[in-house]
Amino acid sequence: MHAKEPLGTKVLTKPFFFWAAIALIGLFFVGKRFVYGIGAVSNMNDGFPWGIWIAYDVVVGTALACAGYSIALIVYVFNRGEYSPLVRPALMTSMFGYTLAGVSVIFDIGRYWQAYNIFLPWFSNLHSVMFEVALCIGTYILVLWMEFAPAILEKVKAERLKAKLNRVIFVFIALGVLLPTMHQSSLGTMMLMAGHKLSPLWWTAFLPLLFLITAVVIGYAAVIFESLLSSVVFKRPLEMHLLSRISAIIPWLLGFYLLVRIEDVNLRGHLSLAFSGGLKANMFLLENLLLLAALLILAYPNNRRNPRLLFLSSLALLLGGSLYRFNTYIIGFDPGTGWRYFPSVPELFITFGIVAAEVVAYLWFVKRLPVLPRLEGPAKA
Amino acid sequence: MKLKRRDFLKGALAGGLLCGAAPGVAGAESVRKDLPPKAVGILYDSTLCIGCKVCVHACKQANNMPAEVQGPEPYWDNPLDLSAKTLNVIKRYGFEGGKDAAEGFAFIKRHCMHCIDPACVSACPASALLKNQENGVVSYNKDACIGCRYCQIACPYNIPKFEWDSPFPEIVKCQLCSHLLAKGGISACCASCPTGASLFGPVQKLREEAARRLRMKPGEYYDFPVAAIDSGESQQHRAAAYVQHVYGERELGGTQVLYLAGVAFDKLGLPDLPEDSYVALADGIQYAIYKGMVYPIVVLGGLIYIIKNRQEKKE
Ligand code: SF4
Ligand code: SF4
Ligand code: SF4
Repeated sequence: MHAKEPLGTKVLTKPFFFWAAIALIGLFFVGKRFVYGIGAVSNMNDGFPWGIWIAYDVVVGTALACAGYSIALIVYVFNRGEYSPLVRPALMTSMFGYTLAGVSVIFDIGRYWQAYNIFLPWFSNLHSVMFEVALCIGTYILVLWMEFAPAILEKVKAERLKAKLNRVIFVFIALGVLLPTMHQSSLGTMMLMAGHKLSPLWWTAFLPLLFLITAVVIGYAAVIFESLLSSVVFKRPLEMHLLSRISAIIPWLLGFYLLVRIEDVNLRGHLSLAFSGGLKANMFLLENLLLLAALLILAYPNNRRNPRLLFLSSLALLLGGSLYRFNTYIIGFDPGTGWRYFPSVPELFITFGIVAAEVVAYLWFVKRLPVLPRLEGPAKA
Repeated sequence: MKLKRRDFLKGALAGGLLCGAAPGVAGAESVRKDLPPKAVGILYDSTLCIGCKVCVHACKQANNMPAEVQGPEPYWDNPLDLSAKTLNVIKRYGFEGGKDAAEGFAFIKRHCMHCIDPACVSACPASALLKNQENGVVSYNKDACIGCRYCQIACPYNIPKFEWDSPFPEIVKCQLCSHLLAKGGISACCASCPTGASLFGPVQKLREEAARRLRMKPGEYYDFPVAAIDSGESQQHRAAAYVQHVYGERELGGTQVLYLAGVAFDKLGLPDLPEDSYVALADGIQYAIYKGMVYPIVVLGGLIYIIKNRQEKKE
C-alpha cells in the first residue's frame, strides 16, 4: 500500500465559500420543491417527465463517478497494483458522485416518503429495469462508503476497526466491480422502453452495451481529469507516469465503442438522419466527433505523454460521453405531442447546488483525510 | 421515424457480427402475451362520434375529477388534452387548410389503451401499476407508487399523467371505471355515449364487431349497438368509408381499447407502431443477463476469489 496523507492546508478558502454559497442557493429551491411540488421549480411536464435531475445528476453524474469503478477494474481485476495511488481519490469522487445522485433522486421522485416501497418484497417489481437500477445504485453507495471507510478510520485512529474492516474489504471491492457493471448497462436498458419516442439515432438494442462502455471510458477520463486538475490546483507534481499508461487503454475501448455505435445506426438504415440538420442530428454528430477527437489524440503514444493533450482529450471524452447519455435521455427523446422541455432556472440551480456540494465535500476531504498519496521529500504545498 | 421489428433484427445481427456475445441478441425472441380470459375494453368508432363530449363529462363525474378551465371563458370544463385532471378527452382533427364541411373532419377519443403487454406495468419498480389477471384492466395504486415517472417514459401512448403542482403528487390515468365494473356496470364514457361511438364489451366480441364494420359497404344503413355490445340496444347509421385497419388489434402486442376511423390513424395522434412490444425486448435482454441472478452471482464469486487471493499474496 502506498502511504496517503491529508493535504493539511486551510479549508475555509475563497473557492470554498463560493461553492458553499451555490450549494445554499440550490438548497433554497429544494425547500421550495418540497413545499409546493415539483412543478413549482421545474419545467418538467407530462411529455418530458424526466429532466436534468435524472439526465444529468443521475445518468451523467454516476458515469462521471465511475472513476472508482474503472480504476478498481484494472487494479484489482487486471492486477495492476502500480495504479493503486489513484484508487483512493477515485473512490472518493465516486462516493460523492453516487451519494449525491442518490440524494437528487429523492428530490426528483414525487412520492419520496414511500421510496422504500420498491424494496418491500410485496411491492418490488423484479421485471422493472428501474428496480434493478435502484437496488444496484443503492447498494453501491453503501459499498463505496465501506471501501472508503479505511481513510476515515485512519483519520480518527480507529486502528482495530480498520484492521477488522480490512479483513473483509475484498467482498466490498468485488461488489464495487460487479454492481456498476450491472446498473451502468441497465441505465441504457431503461430507455429501450421509450421505444418510438426515442430517436433511432439513439434507440437500439445495444443501449446496455453502449452505456457500459461509456461508463468505463468516462471513468478513466475522470481519473485523468481529476488528477491533472488537482495537481495544478494543489500545486503537486503531475502523476504523468501513471496517467499516460492508463490512457493507453482508452483508444481500444473508444474504437470498439464508435464502431458499434456508428455501424448500428448505419445497419438499421438511419445514418442519413445524422446529416439531416436540426438539433438531434447535430447533437449526434457532436457527441461522436468529441469521442473521435479523443480517440485520435490518444492513439499516439507521444500525445499521451503530453499533459496538455492528455487534459484536452480527457475533457473531450468527458463531454462526448456525457453528451451521449444526456442525448439518450433528453435530446433524442420526443413524446410526439408537441411537448417541449428546457430546464428552468430554479431547476438548474438545484443541479448546480449538487455539483457545488460535491466540490465542497471534495475540498474538505482531501485537506483533512488521507486521500492523496504522500509526496516524497518536502514538496508539500 | 418508424421503428420496425426488421430494424431491430438488423441491429442485432450487426451486433452479432461485431461482437459474438452482444447482449442485444438475446432480446431477439420476444414473447407475445395473450388476452386475459375475461378481457373487457372499448371500441371507439371515430366515424360515429359527433364530438358532443358527453363522455368526457361523464368520466369526470364518475371519477370525481375537477374541471379544467382553458381558454378565455372561465365557465366550461374545456380540456385540450389528457392531464392530471382529465382521464378521457375528445380531440378534433381537421384537414390542413381545408374547410371542415368540404373535406371532412374527425374526432378522436384518448385515454388508457389497457395494453395487453403494458409498458407502464413492466416499467413500474413498485408494482403500483398492475394489470388485472381476469379483465385485463390496468389500475394504479398510490400507496405503492414512489413517483418516479418511469411509467410516463415507458407508455407508448403518453397516457399516465403526473400531478406536477402538488407536494404529494399522484399518477393519474383511466382505470376503465374499475369501481363501476366491480358493481357489474360499464365504463361511464360508454354508458353515456349517445351514438354508440364508444362501445363497451368483451375484447373478443369487440374485435368481431370491428371486423364486421370493416366489411360494411360505405353509405348503406346498418345496425350499430349502443353503450355495451350486449346491451341489446342499437341504432341505425350509414356505414362510413373506414380505413381498413383496427388500431389496437396488433400494435405493440395489442390493446384492449380498439379504434376504427375514416382518417389515417397517425393523423389522429395514434402512431404507427411495430407488433412486438418494447416490453418484450427489454425483458428479453434483462432476462438473458439476470435470469435467476445466476450470472451476477457467479461473477461475484469469481471476483471475490480473485481479489482475496491477490490480497493474500501481497501480505
Ligand atoms: S396505454 Fe399506457 S398507461 Fe395504458 S396500459 Fe398501455 S402502457 Fe399502460
Ligand atoms: S411514477 Fe409511480 S406508478 Fe409510475 S412507474 Fe413510478 S412508481 Fe410506478
Ligand atoms: S359521448 Fe360518444 S359521441 Fe359524444 S364525444 Fe364521446 S364518444 Fe363522441
